[in-house]
Amino acid sequence: MPQAQVKMNVRDAGESASIIDVEGELTAFAEAVLMDAYNQASDGQVRAIILNFENLEYMNSSGIGLLVTLLIRVNRERQQLLTYGLSEHYRSIFQITRLDDAIAIHDSEEEAVRAANSM
Amino acid sequence: MTEQDETREKQEREPRDAAYWARYAETLKVSGVAEGATNINVEGRRAVGPLQGFGKMWQKTYRVRLKGAEVTPKEVIRTWKENYKDFWPEGNRFYAPLSGIAPGEVALISGSLPGGVTLSTGVMVLYADDESFTLMTPQGHPFSGWITFSSFEEGDATVAQAQVLMRANDPLYELGLSMGGHKMEDGMWQQTLRNLAAHFGVRETVETDVVCVDPRRQWREYRNVWHNAGIRSALYSITTPLRRRGNGPPAH
Repeated sequence: MPQAQVKMNVRDAGESASIIDVEGELTAFAEAVLMDAYNQASDGQVRAIILNFENLEYMNSSGIGLLVTLLIRVNRERQQLLTYGLSEHYRSIFQITRLDDAIAIHDSEEEAVRAANSM
Repeated sequence: MTEQDETREKQEREPRDAAYWARYAETLKVSGVAEGATNINVEGRRAVGPLQGFGKMWQKTYRVRLKGAEVTPKEVIRTWKENYKDFWPEGNRFYAPLSGIAPGEVALISGSLPGGVTLSTGVMVLYADDESFTLMTPQGHPFSGWITFSSFEEGDATVAQAQVLMRANDPLYELGLSMGGHKMEDGMWQQTLRNLAAHFGVRETVETDVVCVDPRRQWREYRNVWHNAGIRSALYSITTPLRRRGNGPPAH
């Protein structure tokens, strides 16, 4: 199988939220990287996971499937999943696949962090 | 130019995947109805994903290794798209869109449900590139979700894979899945992959991997039963003679 063409960086965003910066391609091959990043991000008392898609370069339908399974894991841990940095194109994909019903989309990191910390 | 402007400009450039995705539309539109197809449960319905369904969420993966076949993943997917309906098992019909399996196209389906009911439903092509394509279901379909067909190289062979991510759309379908529906669905995709493999001269076992991603049912979605395509298809069949008597031939 091809290697994942994606990098994920995890950082804190206040006491109860973590940000995962997604850089590169979100495809089926990104599963292990995404789940590792989630495990790292959800350490401690984290109540919200924020995905930063500013540097998302490519996403196929398997990538969307990964976000669905991540969302289920996040909900199971009684956490919330939020995003920011989605381009118009990727916002439209969230609409078609109806991920926007369950994942809050914000315009900026500031806004997403504020929303996460007010939960 | 500020850093924020640069990020925005970078994002607004046409992404590499743009041509592969369907465009957003509030409801589905069927561009043409083939002879024998029935468009009673697709036109005007919304496409629904695994988050909108009622039942437990399942990820089912069916795969076959095309051992010995000199075929690339791109060739597998091209063949699969072109002959999609021919690889389906008997008893189910897929009416391919006129322009083939392309993003945003809607196909009609007539399938069999337990009890001899013919189910009229459809799918929308959510995504299609050279090495994969994904079909998404409309409201009323037995499951809410999508199925991705892909091909890739693994070791010394090309693999063909179908992966379903779904929930039963409503409580009746959930019951049906637990009473043999899962088995029927597994059988259908296993046979499809066997037929695809046979096209390339391969007879290999289809591996099946089933994972319950979310064991919880989404009770707030029980009203999805209103669109249940099985019930609507059955009612449509029962009332066909009345429509014939009143208005001439049944509308498609």
